[in-house]
Amino acid sequence: MLKNVSRALLREGRKVYKHKLHSKPNFTKNNYDVVRGNYNYVEEEHLNYFRSLLGESRIFTDLSDLEKYNVDWNRYLRGASQIVLKPKTTEEVSKILTFCNHHRLAVSPQGGHTGMVGGATPVFDEVIISTELMNEIISLDEKAGILTCLAGCVLQNLDEYLAERNLIFPLDLGAKGSCQIGGNVSTNAGGLRVLKYGNLHGNVLGLEAVQANGVVLDFLTCHKKDNTGYHLKHLFIGSEGTLGVVTKVAVQCKLRPKSLHVAFLGLQSFDKVLQTFYKAKQDMDEILTAFEVIDAPSMDLVTSKLELESPIGDYPFYVLIETTGSNEEHDEEKVNQFLESCLKKHHILNGTVTGEISKARGIWQLREKIPEAFKYDGYVFMYDISLPLDHYYKLVDDMREYMGDKSHRVYGFGHIGDGNIHLQISVKEFSPEMKSFIEPYIFHQTKKYNGSISAEHGMGFLKAKYLHMMKTPETINLMKNVKQMMDPNGILNPYKVLV
Amino acid sequence: MARVLVGVKRVIDYAVKIRVKPDKTGVVTDGVKHSMNPFDEIAVEEAVRMKEKKLASEIIAVSCGPTQAQDVIRTALAMGVDKGIHVEVSGAEYETLQPIHVSKILAKLTEKEKADMIIVGKQAIDDDSNQTAQMTAAALDWPQATFASKIENGDKEITVTREVDGGLETIKCKLPAVISADLRLNEPRYATLPNIMKAKKKPITKMTPKDLGVDVSPRITVVSVEDPPVRQAGAILPDVDALVGKLKEGGHI
Ligand SMILES: Cc1cc2nc3c(=O)[nH]c(=O)nc-3n(C[C@H](O)[C@H](O)[C@H](O)COP(=O)(O)OP(=O)(O)OC[C@H]3O[C@@H](n4cnc5c(N)ncnc54)[C@H](O)[C@@H]3O)c2cc1C
Repeated sequence: MLKNVSRALLREGRKVYKHKLHSKPNFTKNNYDVVRGNYNYVEEEHLNYFRSLLGESRIFTDLSDLEKYNVDWNRYLRGASQIVLKPKTTEEVSKILTFCNHHRLAVSPQGGHTGMVGGATPVFDEVIISTELMNEIISLDEKAGILTCLAGCVLQNLDEYLAERNLIFPLDLGAKGSCQIGGNVSTNAGGLRVLKYGNLHGNVLGLEAVQANGVVLDFLTCHKKDNTGYHLKHLFIGSEGTLGVVTKVAVQCKLRPKSLHVAFLGLQSFDKVLQTFYKAKQDMDEILTAFEVIDAPSMDLVTSKLELESPIGDYPFYVLIETTGSNEEHDEEKVNQFLESCLKKHHILNGTVTGEISKARGIWQLREKIPEAFKYDGYVFMYDISLPLDHYYKLVDDMREYMGDKSHRVYGFGHIGDGNIHLQISVKEFSPEMKSFIEPYIFHQTKKYNGSISAEHGMGFLKAKYLHMMKTPETINLMKNVKQMMDPNGILNPYKVLV
Repeated sequence: MARVLVGVKRVIDYAVKIRVKPDKTGVVTDGVKHSMNPFDEIAVEEAVRMKEKKLASEIIAVSCGPTQAQDVIRTALAMGVDKGIHVEVSGAEYETLQPIHVSKILAKLTEKEKADMIIVGKQAIDDDSNQTAQMTAAALDWPQATFASKIENGDKEITVTREVDGGLETIKCKLPAVISADLRLNEPRYATLPNIMKAKKKPITKMTPKDLGVDVSPRITVVSVEDPPVRQAGAILPDVDALVGKLKEGGHI
């Protein structure tokens, strides 16, 4: 008993957040220049059908119940949906889509609703299909490391399930406690382990999806190698609910590494960050799991708003390195040699390193909790950008200069190992003028540096209109043809991705 | 200035899920991440702060256990402790090592090292005994200040705020004394790289209980170790609306 108390205290006791949440966002349809498509409105007869299919308890129509489904995680957007449906099976999803397609009712597939670009948030009155109750694990082939589950399984639950069996989920991200595997696949989420395990296009061995017309597509064969015809399952990885609803996923999982080390370093400049990164690749590429950078204003944000503390004092840049491997002693030696030589070469000014899980978690908080601190910093315009490493931080400098005193904080952090930076611009409050001051300027700059305006978050609602900046007319045309063929009535997640 | 002895125990990291051995003789420790007992870390931090404030002259960290106990001594050295003593106890002997044994070892070492303050964690998170400080004080016939959440050093005495049921108690006691550290005493630091490197050069002396004339033969036998009954994780909700919301969400109503 005492132990439980002491452990709980150790975990939670020290950090008490005491900040206000900002107010309710305005309806998206009022804030943004967007016109409702030619869809039908949900009527009593439709409701009756849904009731007969799901029963009373798996349909929400009460507006207060709908709040969390209508408002996005960042509280930037508010949809006006009147109904949430909660299927439990593929068959139910299929019936719902058949019906909606027939009656021209627009739908928004929704997983954990943690998406960053408003992909799952309805814009008008779309019917929300939540996969929340599709949370069953179907099977685990322990020898092959293949996990098959329904789309609504929460990422953290899957990883904990695997941990018990000495396996690891290849994906990890700050939202793991809420996001669902279906949402992860539909956004091709990147996260914290891409450096080691690659992205979901590689790790998803199979999936099942339901097309707009209710037809169930079975790509669950799960062979590591299967070159029989077109690799269509990839259409559902990263298409953000616009081509179908993902209902089942099979994922390749590796053995859980035995040894873990986390280092947290303080550096003088971004050049030093790069030098340290190249050195880390040279010295220990085979065990490198994550290489994350945090700039000083990001650190200031997370430490001042969430009562966390930098374990090493203040520096212009911070780097968080995680290594995992199969041999504690070998890894420790590699990590220590690397760190010593970084100190000697003056790549780094200071740092700390730990092989203890609890301490490692403490350090990770500093990186993972940054998005949580956004909501205490006014309105935050956020960008998720891929850049060649030489220009990685230049964009932040550019934007800082461009914003001048229009913004109180321009800051960047991210997965440097993947060339992916999260760039934020905090302002006092949202205004359309401010938005058009920042966009598309920031995207032009990104393009100038040969970057991508959406690295891992997707286009969703918020970035959709800039797709043309990234893709040629020919490729967009092909995307539109694919969409037209798979969803001729355009009922699946309208106003998103392709607009 | 005080010479401070701190006790550091190597325990299974508190972030690790504990597994009972199939034969129920204990818990699985092989290949499981270990770290310094969190309360001992607080004890070390307090001693290091005393040294930084020039209230302590030297800090000695003691760990009783198998070879790997030296890992936590290194951690203590990296945090700012001056030297380490590893009292080697391993195998079956370690499994039945109890506070009564450890306190005798600490008492002997205290005499040997001429320490005038002992700080240990209030309990170890593996056996939860919460006895070592008290028994060490008895063995030395020193005053004890347990569950300390604040320590103020005077010249020949200390003022200690203790966490007691439902409140705080402030006591004074003369040095030498034994103190046990509670959770809120301080927040331990992360050892920095330069200090981790320096720690590699600091000395760790190895000895056995026998060298100290302490008998560690078992006084108990472990009959059985069992898992706690499994129960579903609960959640605390702010109000009835939230409860109704949750029930609806789960499709229960
Ligand atoms: C604190 C925090 C940290 C984050 N860190 C990262 C990070 O490191 N890397 C990263 O990539 N993202 C990150 N994200 C963004 C987000 O968590 C991911 O995009 C995640 O994959 C979304 O999963 P979800 O279940 O919440 O999906 P939702 O937000 O519910 O939906 C996302 C999109 O997928 C569609 N969708 C959802 N489920 C289905 C389905 N079953 N079938 C078809 N379409 C579906 C939705 O319509 C929507 O377009 C972070 C978010 C937060 C809040």
